[in-house]
Amino acid sequence: MNSNSHYTKEQIWGFLSGIPDPEIPVITIEELGVLRNVEITLDKVIITITPTYTGCPAMKLFEDEIISTLKSKGIENVEIKMVYSPAWTTDWMSETAMEKLRKYGIAPPVKGTEDKGVLFSSDQKIVKCPQCNSENTQLKSQFGSTACKALYQCNDCLEPFDYFKCI
Amino acid sequence: MEKKDALINYCLRLGDSSLILGQRMAEWCSNGPILEEDIAMTNLALDLIGQARTMLTYAGEIEGKGRTEDDLAYKREEREYYNTLLSERPNGHFGDTVVRNFLHSAFFYHLYQALKNSSDEMIAAHAAKSIKEVTYHLRHSAEWLVRLGDGTSESHNKVQESLNNLWEFTGDLFEMNEVDELLIKEGIAVDLNSIKKDWDKTVNDVLERATLSRPEDEYMQTGRLDAMHSEYLGHLIAEMQFLQRAYPTAKW
Repeated sequence: MNSNSHYTKEQIWGFLSGIPDPEIPVITIEELGVLRNVEITLDKVIITITPTYTGCPAMKLFEDEIISTLKSKGIENVEIKMVYSPAWTTDWMSETAMEKLRKYGIAPPVKGTEDKGVLFSSDQKIVKCPQCNSENTQLKSQFGSTACKALYQCNDCLEPFDYFKCI
Repeated sequence: MEKKDALINYCLRLGDSSLILGQRMAEWCSNGPILEEDIAMTNLALDLIGQARTMLTYAGEIEGKGRTEDDLAYKREEREYYNTLLSERPNGHFGDTVVRNFLHSAFFYHLYQALKNSSDEMIAAHAAKSIKEVTYHLRHSAEWLVRLGDGTSESHNKVQESLNNLWEFTGDLFEMNEVDELLIKEGIAVDLNSIKKDWDKTVNDVLERATLSRPEDEYMQTGRLDAMHSEYLGHLIAEMQFLQRAYPTAKW
């Protein structure tokens, strides 16, 4: 007898889709594209996730959250499967998620602008200031407060802000 | 040698080089010359340690003796580490770190580009994932190298000296033995001679922009393939492994 049979795959996906990113709580693991698959087998539920960055410390928190969320629904046997392929990309992020980021004060990834110049940042993409919407901004550092963000500053309103890197 | 043993060794080489370079970068935490660089260098550490986790976990799985990534990172001795000699070089001053990271990131970059096509699915996935992060690492160090090399005469002389000192550790990056031979036949590993050509081109391009001169290939240090290390690795792992050695069952 399948102990998890009283929930469908869609229902389980629904329980998990709302789990927020611990560092950027306005977006969820579903919107981020970290939650990849839900599979129900005879004796357990297998949740497949993929890391944004290999060393992202939030991944452990995602795992803990997934397990405790399912536990609260009475699902005890959970396996978390981490996959690396296809490699996570910011292209999976929905328009809604990008808008949420902007409102939160983080400039969302500028789609299709993955920096192709390997050695030097050749193509200067336009990253709009999430505060005043100005296009007159400058890169301060490729590495920001978390692995997925770069540090920018607006030349008009002078506010520093995070940019969600496009990878 | 069996394919299984060769594959374990190959994964340890990849994982250990990331781990040791990651630990070196972590040593910069709170010691960076400016706040942005402190953050950048700890971000690099995080990526590298993440990359190490994937490969060490995989090595443990292939081995099949129940060793986890933590067992491999914290319970091996110096002579069981297969990291590159370059990765364990001390941080020195900021310029030393920039040069070491540049030479090493260029190596990782071209290696992962090639390993994306490995016939081993896990290694191919690891390479495709890591290349995105390593691209940032390479650009970060290359930009700094140009800034310092083409900066003041003092910064130029300092990084030229770093380059001269570190050069003898670059030969080790490209050495191969029967492990490579076996895995290249299987389509798993890549021929490092071909990586060397790409690496040379990247290194030459950046050195030229940085107005630095490429040192002559004279005496090259060797040892990675036999897990022979410089005196620095022992000190590094003593610090890295301290907690697990002192409190063997400690968990985060």
